[in-house]
Amino acid sequence: MKELFFIIAGSVLVNNFVLSRFLGECPFLGVSRKLETAVSMGIATTFVLTMTSVATYFIQFYILEPFGLSRFLQIVSFILVIASLVQLVEMVILKTSPALYKALGIYLPLITTNCAVLGLALLIAIKRYNLIQSVAFGLGAGIGFTLAMALMAGIREEMEFADIPEALQGAAIVLITAGLLSMAFLGFSGLIPM
Amino acid sequence: MYQLVKDFFNGLWNENPTFRMIIGMCPTLAVTTAAMNGIAMGLATTFVLMFSSLLISLLRNFIPAKVRIPCYIIVIATFVTVVDLFMAGYFPAMYKILGLYIPLIVVNCIIMARAEAFASKVTPLRAIADALGMGIGFTWAITLIGAVRELMGSGTLFGYHVLSENATHWVIMLLPPGAFLTMGILLGIMNVITRKNVRDTQCH
Repeated sequence: MKELFFIIAGSVLVNNFVLSRFLGECPFLGVSRKLETAVSMGIATTFVLTMTSVATYFIQFYILEPFGLSRFLQIVSFILVIASLVQLVEMVILKTSPALYKALGIYLPLITTNCAVLGLALLIAIKRYNLIQSVAFGLGAGIGFTLAMALMAGIREEMEFADIPEALQGAAIVLITAGLLSMAFLGFSGLIPM
Repeated sequence: MYQLVKDFFNGLWNENPTFRMIIGMCPTLAVTTAAMNGIAMGLATTFVLMFSSLLISLLRNFIPAKVRIPCYIIVIATFVTVVDLFMAGYFPAMYKILGLYIPLIVVNCIIMARAEAFASKVTPLRAIADALGMGIGFTWAITLIGAVRELMGSGTLFGYHVLSENATHWVIMLLPPGAFLTMGILLGIMNVITRKNVRDTQCH
């Protein structure tokens, strides 16, 4: 139980996917203009991350490794599974909750090319987590991603009214803000015994 | 011929993936703790970009439009596997540093963006010229970021001591915040040079 808590807290705060592992930068910088969309994107990604952690656990330890294919087919099979999983999630949400589907709309298919998803799959294979640990890791990664997105979007909404030097307008100031956020998250290092 | 030269130079500055289009940020920020890492990552990405652009351009009349994205992903993933095994075999030290970010070239937006926006529409020769330009544009950009971070963080450049022994090392430049700050400030400098604001970031 304690170990699971460490995995979740570690991936949310200490090794935040966006701010310290640099996974999922594209949506973090691209879709963080409004708080509402940022949070929706975060929740959709969390969902996909958790599903991916289960799927890739079984593929890695029950298909690729027993047949000795891990070296050659790992990247191809993971990315294909993620792409079809995202498609599946899209169809399920469309059937069960059209309102949510409408809210997430265009962001859902984009999750395939989010490095956080493939990064999570590869990290699970490297760290050799068991099933429960994998799910905890996926959930923690998703919560961490959502947290970073929400913080960034909140700051960017406030920044709309700030007087930013001309040269730094646009992406530059967003990156500098991300740097300050990341510095704040450094304060969490040492929270979890490694 | 003129068109090929134009396609090639496009990626170096006008549509530089890192500083003008702001795509492919994950490896840009993650591996640039030293200039050498930047070169290695840049060359690996250039290789994948060139061969996947070539193959996608050759197959452009055979891939049905509806399933083009999965097709591109398989092509890209194949070449990434090649690079992954090659680096693990011949450059184990560098492979260890770049680690997770070599397989993650698959989801680098630069490659997908060039496949979708350019390679799938033009002749193989033009696709290669464009891929080479984009690859070199990406390489110089991340090498520059790596050089700045290495110089400030550890006082060296490509492993050679440049600053005096007494110079204070800004360790923060080697930590994650340093990546964001360096990239942000370099972008600001680029904006001053070109006097033109970079379009807001939009990856996909």
